[in-house]
Amino acid sequence: MTAPLEAVEPAATQAAGPAGDDRPARRGILRYALSKAGGALFSIAMVIVGTFFLFRLLPGDPVRALAQGRNMTPEQLDLERRKLGLDQPLINQFFDFVGDTLRFDFGMSYEYKRPVLDLIGDRIGATLLLAGVGLAVAVSLGIWQGMRAGWRHGSRFDKFSTGTSLVLWSVPTFWLGLLLLLVFGAYFKIFPSRGIQSVDAPDGFAYVLDVAHHMVLPVITLVGVVYAQYLLVMRSSLLDEVGQDYVTTARAKGLRDDDVRRRHAVPNALLPTVTLVFMRVGFVVGGAVTVETIFSWPGLGQLFYEAVRVPDFTLMQGTFMLITVAVIIMNTLADVVYHILDPRVRSA
Amino acid sequence: MTETEAPAETVATDRRTLLEARDLRVEFASRGRRARAVDGVNLAVGEGEIVALVGESGCGKTTLARTLLGLERPTAGTVHFDGEPLKYGSKALKNYRKQVQLVLQDPTGSLNPRHTVYEAVAEGPRIHGLPDEEEIVNSALSRAGLRPPERFLLRYPHELSGGQRQRVVIAGALALNPKVLIADEPVASLDASVRGEILALMLKLRDELGLSALVVTHDLGLAWNIADRVAVMYLGRIVESGPVEQVLTAPRHPYTQALLSVLPESPERVVLTGEPPDPTRIPGGCRFHARCQVLASGKAAEAGVDARCRGELLDILPASAGAQAACYYADATG
Repeated sequence: MTAPLEAVEPAATQAAGPAGDDRPARRGILRYALSKAGGALFSIAMVIVGTFFLFRLLPGDPVRALAQGRNMTPEQLDLERRKLGLDQPLINQFFDFVGDTLRFDFGMSYEYKRPVLDLIGDRIGATLLLAGVGLAVAVSLGIWQGMRAGWRHGSRFDKFSTGTSLVLWSVPTFWLGLLLLLVFGAYFKIFPSRGIQSVDAPDGFAYVLDVAHHMVLPVITLVGVVYAQYLLVMRSSLLDEVGQDYVTTARAKGLRDDDVRRRHAVPNALLPTVTLVFMRVGFVVGGAVTVETIFSWPGLGQLFYEAVRVPDFTLMQGTFMLITVAVIIMNTLADVVYHILDPRVRSA
Repeated sequence: MTETEAPAETVATDRRTLLEARDLRVEFASRGRRARAVDGVNLAVGEGEIVALVGESGCGKTTLARTLLGLERPTAGTVHFDGEPLKYGSKALKNYRKQVQLVLQDPTGSLNPRHTVYEAVAEGPRIHGLPDEEEIVNSALSRAGLRPPERFLLRYPHELSGGQRQRVVIAGALALNPKVLIADEPVASLDASVRGEILALMLKLRDELGLSALVVTHDLGLAWNIADRVAVMYLGRIVESGPVEQVLTAPRHPYTQALLSVLPESPERVVLTGEPPDPTRIPGGCRFHARCQVLASGKAAEAGVDARCRGELLDILPASAGAQAACYYADATG
């Protein structure tokens, strides 16, 4: 794709038509991206509103939960409520909440008595590490297997890899995680069963190895339950492309089978898969919540899980909004990336 | 099978034969049964000749075209090019691709949507390592009627009209400077107005470059407009062939007659009855007998050939240039 374009450039600048076409196309992308960003902002606004009311519908009284079973007089409870601002009318609480949120102030955690943002800051690294590595492995594994399975449709590799991925996909995350934990963590004791690092964590490179060692089981669990979707989408979009006339045409021109795959079928089949990768980032994060809980991984998932148990309104709101907004941003990115990659959508 | 194999006789024609199918058979496994998609075909395309291969959907004409292109391997029989049997080694096949090129029905599908016109046309020359790629692309586009070529080089297929896309596909084929073009329904997906232009282009290419073509179509009008010769295919075999005027004005095979009778200007329609043809179950005797209107009307019985129609396999028609039909009734009545 590189050499010919350079070769053609002088010819193209001579012709008025196509050279002029280029800029509106780029402006189109910008306009498209802006409109998508507008949509995303609206969604985020809805999330902020939704979050507030959603968590107030949950059963449980945070003040009682904070009392942790100690006997408190109604006066003491009222005092606590006033401190948390829960005595205000709901509408006032709501506007306070919106105002604070817009200033990136997510309030103090009821449980930890620390700013929610700090708590999130402490935990987000672990989640990003787990989800990032899991996503990278799942995407590479899924796309690679999907590519082979789709190209040799109906082969033994196809049946085996598709079958395996579907079984793992159907398995509940917690079940797979607990199974791995039991077998490799408790029985064989090959891998540590909890946490992100050893108690007496070493320094330097040994520390990286230690964390990697702790990551093995959580990552396998996460990859196991999510990689099937990449495999299946890659496989089916490759199958779509293989049936296309342009693949026949390329063959008829004398292109070798491998080159047909590499130059025609796979790049086009990657389009929907790339979109899916972005769209599913949120689900990987969601999967990470469960995985973190199983393996006591000190990330956002575990934080959220603990917040739900209390219930710790502010902490729940903070983590929930963060995860949701991340998903919205990723979806928007997916739309825009697809737009840039596919010339057909670009002009539409 | 007791059919007599047709001798691979030399074709009696004033043209040199370029592309030839000799007793070609292609079978597929289809739901546990063997589908005889191409079931014994002799067909020749001469230098500078346009042959139309006519038949309804599923008669095996596309499979025949793919086999002639070397995209499908024959179960039996051979494809000959320029007198030499086609070899299926990767190098021999690659060389063959320079001689015989393909134009498919749907230009939108035949072009990779993410490749520009330049990339689409340059692909062939690049695969074969031809020098002066740019020059080749420009001249191929001009010959295909996209002028000036520079205006189209950086366009994507979706920015072009259907007719322009088909011209790009044709340019992509021309870029290899082939001797034969195999076109599978080249205008079926185009507007009527564009159809004429593409046909005119193919005729012009024949006249100017001496390009031969095998045009696969279900459209008899197209065959009439473009072809020198026509071959009618039914259920994997050619049932009638000959010069286009002769076959289409005085069809001898009942199937050809039925096909022609549904044209608007035809006085009476012949509606074929019976099951649609199924290549996994080719009937014995004449393969058309179960649906044959001549046999059904009793005319074949009058001519005394009805028993042969039902029970005796027909010879495979040779690849001859003259008019011929694989029909007992036509033979008996002259």
